[in-house]
Amino acid sequence: MLSKRVIPCLDVRNGKLTKGVKFANNVDIGDPVESARKYYEEGADEIVFYDITASAENRGIFIDVVERVASTIFIPFSVGGGISSVADMRQVLLAGAEKISINSAAVKNPRLISEGADAFGSQAVVVGMDVLQVEKSERIPSGYEVVIHGGRKPMGLDAIEWARTCQKLGAGELCINSIDADGAKTGYELNLTRLIVDAVTIPVIASGGAGSPQHMVDAVTVAGASAALIASIVHYGEYTIRECKEYMAAHGAPVRLDW
Amino acid sequence: MLAILDYKAGNQTSVLRALNHLGVPAAITDDPAVLRAAEGIVFPGVGSAGQAMDLLSSSGLGEVLKEAAATGQPVLGICLGCQILLERSEEHDTKTLGILKGECRLFPQGLKQPDGTPAPVPHMGWNTLSFKREDPLFEGVSKDAQFYFVHSYYTAPDESLVIATTDYGMEFCSAYGREGLWAVQFHPEKSGRYGLMILRNFYRYCKGAGHAV
Repeated sequence: MLSKRVIPCLDVRNGKLTKGVKFANNVDIGDPVESARKYYEEGADEIVFYDITASAENRGIFIDVVERVASTIFIPFSVGGGISSVADMRQVLLAGAEKISINSAAVKNPRLISEGADAFGSQAVVVGMDVLQVEKSERIPSGYEVVIHGGRKPMGLDAIEWARTCQKLGAGELCINSIDADGAKTGYELNLTRLIVDAVTIPVIASGGAGSPQHMVDAVTVAGASAALIASIVHYGEYTIRECKEYMAAHGAPVRLDW
Repeated sequence: MLAILDYKAGNQTSVLRALNHLGVPAAITDDPAVLRAAEGIVFPGVGSAGQAMDLLSSSGLGEVLKEAAATGQPVLGICLGCQILLERSEEHDTKTLGILKGECRLFPQGLKQPDGTPAPVPHMGWNTLSFKREDPLFEGVSKDAQFYFVHSYYTAPDESLVIATTDYGMEFCSAYGREGLWAVQFHPEKSGRYGLMILRNFYRYCKGAGHAV
């Protein structure tokens, strides 16, 4: 049967690996290509790279990272950050990424999703969304609101509604990142993840909040996600990916264990 | 040298990177002479069967593949390349190369995974193979190995050709062929160490077959 995926996420700033808490206080912690190789060898099923600076002048450095990653690891990987046109998508796909991930740019210009899907196929288009829990209202009936710019700007858009729209426009996958849970290591936002899993038929990646392998089990069983995105629990050596996956397998989550 | 057939509809560079990593001499090409002279042809692909067939017909590259199959020049079809070796595809009801017997079908709606959850189409992610017979292409590959799939259509070749099947709410053929002419639905170039092993096995077979002119 299809395995649940474990996806380490690498934030890249000026070509260096970095990790912050709640989108702030980023510290550089290493070389993204070396980390990608390590996670590949440890059994990551996929890797996500976010270019968190994405300023025009540093774009070249990042594309170079993507090319080096593509020659180093032989599993799928996706790239997000700084993608706001079909030309941007083509650039990272040609550099060797399997998928592109768009977030704020898709909220501002939803047509970007369908343009990407038309040009490269739905399987290549992941829509990431940052979500903040708010009071339920007429505008935000689920109580989950889409925010952009790293969580700083609420968009008056209901997360469940937006998830459905993304699917309709041709997104191949959704990555749901809870701003409330991000970096706190107290577990994924399971309620939000479940609501979205039930609202769409495309795969959903749970993101934000992983602090233990049990959280990852919960994401793919209780919340029904297809994949669990992780960052700090593996970046700082608390767990290896193998340890996470062996725990998941022992607790009812089908994962790939032989690689 | 392995020739990676370039018909502007695929993931040729991923395959090239994987072969480079293995130290296998390889080139992406749409030149029939280069393809004919190669020790083996890798035929990758992502995209739609119709578009791919149009390109293969107009460029004459489809004939090069048929010739390869007829003369025993080794061929490895990957993903869409695996599907269009057969006679017909349900994708826009396309007549495909017809090199091997069988057809390509759309996954039915409403499939359920073994745990009861819906099995969305495309089938995307890591899945296992269940081997129907031993085959040199899979030499050294663990029975627990998993491979990376991304596809909405599955191949239904003649029973005698099936090497392995995969379970995704239904059992479908994920690898088929005969000696020297193989087709895999998954992406060996994106399936980690075991995927690379398949590419290496293919190259080893090509060296042994000694097709090079």
